[in-house]
This record gives sequence, structure tokens and C-alpha cells, in this order.
Amino acid sequence: MIEAIFEYEFLQNAVITGLLIGLVAPLLGVFIVVRRLSLIADALSHITLTGIAASLLIEKRVTAVNDWNPMYMGMAFSVVGAVFIEKLRKVYKHYEELAIPIMLSGGIGLGVILISLADGFNTDLLGYLFGSVTAVSRDNMWTVVIITTIVVLIVLAFYKELFVLSFDEEHASIAGVNAKSIHFLFIVMVALVIASAMQVVGILLVSALMTLPVAAALRMSVSFKQTIGLSVLFGEISVVTGLISAYQLDVPPGGTIVMAAVVLLLLSIVYRKVRRSGNWWKGETI
Amino acid sequence: MDQEPLIELDGVSFKYDREWVVEDVDLTIHKGQFLGLVGPNGSGKSTLIKLMLGLEKPNRGQIRLFGKQVKKFNRWQEVGFVSQKANSFNSGFPATVYEVVRSGLVSRMNMFQLFKPTHKDKVYEALAEVEMKEYAHYSIGELSGGQQQRVFIARALVSDPSLIILDEPTVGVDSEHVTAFYDLLGKLNRERNLTLLMVSHDIGTITSHATHVACMNKSVHFHGSTEDYHHMDDEDLSGIYGHSVQQLTHNHEVTHP
Repeated sequence: MIEAIFEYEFLQNAVITGLLIGLVAPLLGVFIVVRRLSLIADALSHITLTGIAASLLIEKRVTAVNDWNPMYMGMAFSVVGAVFIEKLRKVYKHYEELAIPIMLSGGIGLGVILISLADGFNTDLLGYLFGSVTAVSRDNMWTVVIITTIVVLIVLAFYKELFVLSFDEEHASIAGVNAKSIHFLFIVMVALVIASAMQVVGILLVSALMTLPVAAALRMSVSFKQTIGLSVLFGEISVVTGLISAYQLDVPPGGTIVMAAVVLLLLSIVYRKVRRSGNWWKGETI
Repeated sequence: MDQEPLIELDGVSFKYDREWVVEDVDLTIHKGQFLGLVGPNGSGKSTLIKLMLGLEKPNRGQIRLFGKQVKKFNRWQEVGFVSQKANSFNSGFPATVYEVVRSGLVSRMNMFQLFKPTHKDKVYEALAEVEMKEYAHYSIGELSGGQQQRVFIARALVSDPSLIILDEPTVGVDSEHVTAFYDLLGKLNRERNLTLLMVSHDIGTITSHATHVACMNKSVHFHGSTEDYHHMDDEDLSGIYGHSVQQLTHNHEVTHP
């Protein structure tokens, strides 16, 4: 595969995009998981699909529009969806999680209609659903480079605020942290990363790359920094092994990347049990 | 002579929906005091704290922190807060004691400012103050309730506040560690001249450690030094906030200094 990477541009695009996603998805994933918002990634990825479908439909029906990049429309929908989720969480103050199934099913419902109208049930769509080694264009890769840079810089700049907000929201507001703005900024970053990750891992599996490496890291780490470090490491290992095996086996990379993450997760559980082998059969929990 | 007032409440009232939970409260806390704010459940103590911290806005009355209107107040690094909620935070949260205490520095730092190596000394100083230095690299979830509350005190101390507000911090702490916790607060009050405001429904324990007491049931019925409080007879005591106090004080021996 190494020679092939030097030879084919599409492989370079997929590998570089994959490595960037392997960094930012688990990075944001840590904050999502500790705030118990894991399902938000699922809701947003389904809304991204609606955006893609809308883009496909417009391209088909409006003759003036040619060669549109569906990723941008996906991103726009994902960001708008994120704003809606925040609004819905305020409407249902006591049932905050309701916002997620509402957006998730709404997104898929509209998505299915739009895809059908665009006669879009074809191989392209499979690429969006489960990822593709061949579909990442150079343009898309550069977009992901920019998004990754922005996200990493923002997380570094607001690390202390994000930590305080995740650990203890009340303390954060007393300490003068502007919870609303930071939270909004964060959810928009999540939306952008999901739309970026979609091409490599696929819409249906993108949330896995945000949560599985974090779940594995949580079993092994003591500090927050360590959790971030291990999550990113596991994310990268999953992406690299996933992409290589997808290329060799000629299957969608979404499946192989996620399975690699699942294997890492199982290993981390075994590691924890072996390390505490004194009494692991007593079913100790986190 | 009284020192400068840190918290001043002037005719403060607050209602949730239609019910008044805080009614016409006047209360002043001076520098160096250790004030126990006591009252039965639902007497509005925690709400009063939220009002002082600007988390809720009063329907009537004035609140000043360090002489400034609370809505214009911006020296939050001067105010530490330890909640009872600290006991029910997500105990699986992957953070070390060190990271938790360091997060207390946020109120002192500007946006975009990163943690610096000099912050490390501050964190260890605060941990030493609560005798938790050797736990710095433990995961916060591994500690007992009492140890966690010490860590949260250290998180409040790290920004060098002049005032710490505690909302029933001993809920969920083993009774054997409660005394040690109060001793620590007493020490901070005496040695650092740290002003403390502690909400409690455990009137017996608080009155044996605090310098001042305020009894509250929607409004403040008694406010004075602990000594004056102990010199009241039973009749005065029952007048403090009606009948509910009787049940509360039943189980506690009031220790006279």
C-alpha cells in the first residue's frame, strides 16, 4: 500500500484526511463523552446526511448548478442542526436528551425523501454512509486541513474553559466563564468535524470515531490530559489499520476503522482487568 | 470595631414562580467572620447563596459584594465556592486532583491565557493547606467524600480568595471526617483571616465552630455572634424560626464554649 500512496493522489487524500480526523474526532470526543453528550454526534451525523441529500437534489434539478461539493452543504446542515439541538434542549429543559431523537429522526426522514427525489440511491450514497477510500478529493482534503487547524487551536486556547465546563458547570459560571458562548463554539466545532469525517468513516459510523477511542482511553487513564492523549492515539491507530485493511480487502473503510476501534476497546478492558487482576472477577466497575 | 463588609444584603426578596422563598433579608458579613447560615430544609438558604453569587437575580432589594453591586462585580477570583453538589459530580470523570485544583485558577486568568509552570506551585500550596498534597496525582473519583471536599476547598483557595462560600459541604461526608473538615475551616478562618460563609442545617456542629450565626427561615430571624446565640434560652431559640427548629436541634448537644 505504501507505494500505492505515492502513486495515487486519491490514496494520499484519504490517508491525510484520515489522519487529521483521527486527531480531531477523538479530541472533541473526550469533551462530548465526559459531558454525557455521546448521542449528539449521532444526531448531527444524520443531519449531515440530509445536507448531502439536499445537495444531490439541487445538483440534479437545477441545471445551473454543476459539480457541487456535497460536503459543504452537509457542513451547513450539521451546523444549523447543532444550533437547533441547543434550542430544543432549552425548550425541553427537563428532558434535554429528547432533542437528540427529534433531530436524528427528523434528519433521516427528510434525508430519505430528498435522496429518493434525487434518485440518489447509488454507489455514491454508499460512500457517504460507510466511507470511501477513493472518494476524498483534494479540495475536500484541504477543507479538512483548515478545519483541523482551527479546531486544534480553539481547543488549545479554550482548554481551561472547556475543562471547567465539563467538570463542573456551576463552578464555571461562578468563575466568570461564558458558558453559553463556549458551548456554542464547541457544538459548532463538533458539527464541522462530523461533516469532515464523513467522507472517510461514513455518516453512520462517524460518531464511533468520536466515542470508541475515548471509551478505551477512559479504562486506562487517570488524568484528563492522559485521556486526551490516549484517545487521539487510539483514534489514529484505528484510522491507519482501518484504511490499510479497507484498501486490501476492498471494503468501505468505515467498517474496518470502527472494528479496529472496537478491538482496541476490548483490549483496553482486558488491560484494566489484568492490571487489577487481584480481584477482577468481582466485576469491578469504572 | 467591625472590619469592611464583604457581603451586604439589603431587603432582598426572591420568588420562584409565585412562592416567595426569600423574604426581606438584611444580612452583612464582615471580613474575618466565619458565619454559619442555618435553617431547616426549604428555608431559602441555598437560594440566598445563589443570589449572592449572582446566579439568580433578586425580585427586590440590593446585594453588594466587596462594596459593589453583584451584577457589576467582576473580581470573582476573590470569591471561592464549594457546593454540596461536589459530592455528586460524575465520579468517573477522568481528572487528577491536580487538574481539578488547577481549574480553580480560571477565575484569575484571561481568556486565551494558557496554564503556566508557575501555576504548579500555587496548586501544590493550596493542596498543602488542606493536607492533600500527596494525593495530587490520584484520580478525583478514587477519593472518599471527605477527601474530595478538601480538594474542592483547595480549588477555591488556589485563586487566593478573601471569601469562601460553602453550601452544605458536609453532605455525604462520613461523620468521623466532618469534625476534621470543620477544624480545617476554623484554621483557615483564623490563620489566613479568610472570611467564610457556610450554609448548614446541622445547627449543633456549626455553632461550635463558627464565629457568627444567622438563622433563616425565608427571612433572617437571628443574626449575631455564636456567643450571643449560646446565651439565648429555649424560648428565644424557638422564636428564631418557628416550630421546625425544635426538631432540628433535638439531636444535637449544643456545646458552650
